[in-house]
Amino acid sequence: MTGYLLEIGQALLALLLAPGLTGLIRWFKARLQGRRGAPPWQPYRDLRKLFGKEVIVSKNASWLFRFAPYVIFSTTVAVTMLVPMIAAPLPFDAIGDLLAVVYLLLLGTFFLALAGLDPGTAFGGMGASREMTVAAIAEPTIALAIFGLAVGAGSTNLGRIVEQTLAHPGAVINPGHLLGFAALFIVMIAETGRMPVDNPSTHLELTMIHEAMILEYSGRYLALIEWAASLKLLIFFALLSNLFLPWGVATTLSPGALGVALIALTAKLAALAITVAVLETRIAKLRLFRVPELLGVSFVLALLSVTSSFLLK
Amino acid sequence: MMALLFIVMVSAYAAGAFGALLIGRGAAGRGAAAIGAAVGSGAALALGCTAVASGQTLALTTTRILPTAGCMVRLDGLGAFFLIIIGLLGLAVASYGFSYSATYEGRYSLRMLGAMLNVALLSLSIQVIADNALTFLIAWEAMSLSAYWMVLTEHDEPDTVRAAVWYIAMTHAGFAALIGMFLLMSGGDPTASFAGMRANAATLSATGRNAIFLLALFGFGTKAGIIPLHVWLPMAHPVAPSHVSALLSGVVIKMGVYGLVRVVLDLLGGGPTWWGGIVLGAGAVSALLGVLYALMEHDLKKLLAYHSVENIGIILIGLGAGMVFQSYGLTTLAALGFIGGLYHTINHAAFKALLFLGAGSVLHATRTRNMEEMGGLIKRMPVTALCFLIGAAAISALPPLNGFASEWIVFQSLLGGYNIPKPEVAVMMPIAVGMLALTSGLAAACFVKAFGVTFLAMPRSHEAENAHEAPFLMRAGMVLLAVACVALGLAPFVVVPALGRIVAELSGMPGIQAQFTLGLSLSSANGFGRMSPMLIGAGVLLLLAFVPLVMLALRVNWKRRTGESWGCGRIGQTPRMEYTATAFAEPLRRVFAELYRPTRELTIDFHPESKYFVQSIEYRSEITPWFEKYVYAPCIWFVRLLAAVMRRMQSGSLPLYLVYVVFALLLLLLSARC
Amino acid sequence: MRGLFGKILKTPVVTEPVAVAEDDRRIETIGRRIEERTRKLIGRSLHIRQVDAGSCNGCEIEITGLLSPYYDLERFGLHFVASPRHADCLLVTGPVTRNMAEPLRLTYEATPEPKIVIAVGDCARDCGVFKGSYAVAGSVADIIPVDVIVGGCPPEPADILRGILTAIDRLPHHFGPKRGTK
Repeated sequence: MTGYLLEIGQALLALLLAPGLTGLIRWFKARLQGRRGAPPWQPYRDLRKLFGKEVIVSKNASWLFRFAPYVIFSTTVAVTMLVPMIAAPLPFDAIGDLLAVVYLLLLGTFFLALAGLDPGTAFGGMGASREMTVAAIAEPTIALAIFGLAVGAGSTNLGRIVEQTLAHPGAVINPGHLLGFAALFIVMIAETGRMPVDNPSTHLELTMIHEAMILEYSGRYLALIEWAASLKLLIFFALLSNLFLPWGVATTLSPGALGVALIALTAKLAALAITVAVLETRIAKLRLFRVPELLGVSFVLALLSVTSSFLLK
Repeated sequence: MMALLFIVMVSAYAAGAFGALLIGRGAAGRGAAAIGAAVGSGAALALGCTAVASGQTLALTTTRILPTAGCMVRLDGLGAFFLIIIGLLGLAVASYGFSYSATYEGRYSLRMLGAMLNVALLSLSIQVIADNALTFLIAWEAMSLSAYWMVLTEHDEPDTVRAAVWYIAMTHAGFAALIGMFLLMSGGDPTASFAGMRANAATLSATGRNAIFLLALFGFGTKAGIIPLHVWLPMAHPVAPSHVSALLSGVVIKMGVYGLVRVVLDLLGGGPTWWGGIVLGAGAVSALLGVLYALMEHDLKKLLAYHSVENIGIILIGLGAGMVFQSYGLTTLAALGFIGGLYHTINHAAFKALLFLGAGSVLHATRTRNMEEMGGLIKRMPVTALCFLIGAAAISALPPLNGFASEWIVFQSLLGGYNIPKPEVAVMMPIAVGMLALTSGLAAACFVKAFGVTFLAMPRSHEAENAHEAPFLMRAGMVLLAVACVALGLAPFVVVPALGRIVAELSGMPGIQAQFTLGLSLSSANGFGRMSPMLIGAGVLLLLAFVPLVMLALRVNWKRRTGESWGCGRIGQTPRMEYTATAFAEPLRRVFAELYRPTRELTIDFHPESKYFVQSIEYRSEITPWFEKYVYAPCIWFVRLLAAVMRRMQSGSLPLYLVYVVFALLLLLLSARC
Repeated sequence: MRGLFGKILKTPVVTEPVAVAEDDRRIETIGRRIEERTRKLIGRSLHIRQVDAGSCNGCEIEITGLLSPYYDLERFGLHFVASPRHADCLLVTGPVTRNMAEPLRLTYEATPEPKIVIAVGDCARDCGVFKGSYAVAGSVADIIPVDVIVGGCPPEPADILRGILTAIDRLPHHFGPKRGTK
């Protein structure tokens, strides 16, 4: 019972933390640029405002356009329950494994891309086309990068992987692990639409990927999509930190262990947020047609990671 | 009970065929064909389900129909499983076909179409329960020929004739290989029963077994459409009437899979590792290249046909992995691979037939297969759109639909590859994992394109603007398959144990049933992974309902206004501003430019007065068809050369032919004497 | 790499507080007063869509200045967005040319309620030097309802920032009178 409560608590925690994470990256980036920047809690205000605004739907759009934000949000929330954040393994671990996580995220992307095409604008179609190009290479890479760990841990269920890595800490420095981490980091950048793959604060439609698809969304729909996007960032941060460096994750459900886990999670997320902010300050956006090359590199890294864990098992 | 169902099935199909032949055109003729096919398919479905559920077999032998050993049928688990596929699709196709073929009234021969549909279904059903080589080969040929007739329905289109010629040539090349294969396996006796061959298999030499395997791979591979034997498939499937396309892609190509499983796993009882390696490799290549070629198509049905190549590839990845594991004695993993492959077979049958029927409804409404002339159909054909969306999500392996469940099992089986003791063999598995993962990502991109361009946004042509929803019976066929897609996806805990029993019947796989006792959650046999599509589906649905409720409770602004699309302030939006299918796939075409080698042609007509004014721009871009150009063109050239030589023998004079006859007879007599 | 981060470490935050002029005649609030409800909703998070309705781009250069570390409009939760669908505020510059009148109206239509409109520059107020031109359809207020006008040719970034803050009633009066340049 505690497990199920924790499961729901974990999803709520993720929902709560996610906008702050995006805000933290923006705030830190602003500081690096010598600006005061918006406070880290600005995204919460943005969301509150968006939920209070009316929605405008294009007359060309169909029910799919109105349905898609709910699908995107729901699948992302569902994923938060399958990813170990503070404790592992939790009961939902048996419901969905790594593949369920990857394909649920793909389900969200699928609907988002369709929603981009629905109003019939050129930019929406352009965004959908680019997003699917990126997703087509990036989504398999997520699976592959974590398969390396799965083979090592003897299970594709994320909770089990965390448990196994905690039990055998030496596994962290094996080549499969390191290659997988590198691959997943690149994919995380691509999938969450951050530099150098996509510029989350761009105003120029021609350079957009993710933003171009949601140009047509407003009000509560936009709020759901934005929230899901920051949730996706949090999911990837949690995957990166808890799968590859699982220390801190509670294996018992005692309050003390959970408290430590909560602090560890927050610290890891903040560290990754700062890393991303520094990275975004340092590098410029890649030309769109160079992005597949970067993704190709991550795909190959992931493939090497699985292969090496197969051969070293 | 089972014998009764069998008789009902055969006689209903036969009655349907004769009824269609006798009545011909009109609602009555179409009705006769459809009722025959529907009743027969219903009986087939019931028969298959009974056999799978009860585990009983049905064996019949009659010498009345065929001479010597006679016609032997025996319904076992594997046959019953394929019978279920045939029955399920037959039902949907029969219902759909009744309305769909109404457009052919007065233009094409409904007599042949209706009769051949029943013949095809009958021969398919016989084929999967055939128990000797002769029965199998006759059913196989009847299936191929009836499919040929159906492909030729729209015979006045040059594309159709060309496609039919390719099809019939390829299928007969395969058929020749199959005859050779059965002769090798039975030691030259064409009437030998499968039981005899099974017993005989162990005594064959290694070379003999290898030759049988390669012939089977070629013979069944041409039917299944394994790359590079796939070229006929994207030609023939699109030009056939849509319900026939559904049957071809859903069932007929699966007979290649059936044959491969029956011959290689059942009759031969498995083989060395390299057999599995070849099947796995062919599967991985077919999957990846199939989806890559599909991405470049904007003919909706051709796109779907290429996806058939892709999915056959996925099925073969599962089967190939199973064969590799089997050769190392890893029976649990092998069973997982076989189950994944077979599960994907029925899943692909369901969603691909659904997609072809959906494409047929679109074709029916807009009279075009070109996606660039569609658009906006989701508002005009809501049921078709929803069904197509379900099919598109299923084929993209999105949870909780059926494509996800079977690909999950295939993944799980491949990930067990580290148990293989030889590293040079084990390394194939992660590479296959990578290719399979990439395939499903690309498939999702392709179906965003297919669904988005076809159904969403504004109609791109007059026809699309005036499109109408499909008639009731067509919708019924699609809804049946859509429900099947959802059910097969949510209930792997029913399908997987049943498949486990079927796989356990195959020789060399004893004692694995016990490991597939599954609850609500699907767990791979070695405890490697666990998941439950039903609970995932329930969870997502619950959240879908919960999120708006929470939003309502929190007094979110619920106002909605309809406005123009935001087009950066431009005045008036036309469909020409929409993203096209070609443009959608352009980034991926660039990524994989090495494979596609696209050729571009730009023709600009300038105004006669000034070159600064353009009258028209024509842009044409094509991708290089590697296989047609570098594999088949030389073959065709060689055959033509041979034909030119042979032509000299054909002078047309009767006395010369008499000389030929005399010599031939003499030779025959001499050879009989020696 | 060391060069860039060295510079970042050496350079402090350079954002300046908003200077407030007590008799700020450049900013006029016209039309409806923004409702309390709206102000509460968008006061702490205002997303701005900039529309160039025919300006000479002088105002645009000044608006771009708002994104610089000195003015940094993001610290107030203000943010430029790429689509009016995401926006709460239209920042319109220039005399509205005949060609841009309809697009401007469309943009206003495309912005979800509640929304505010700020006209920036003398041209936006009364067509400026372009007044009477055959190519000009009128001032911004002639085309769509305007809430706040920021005058100047061009107005300084600080003026524009004050204009926006006036519109959402967040002008920090407690900074006291006249500081900095203005």
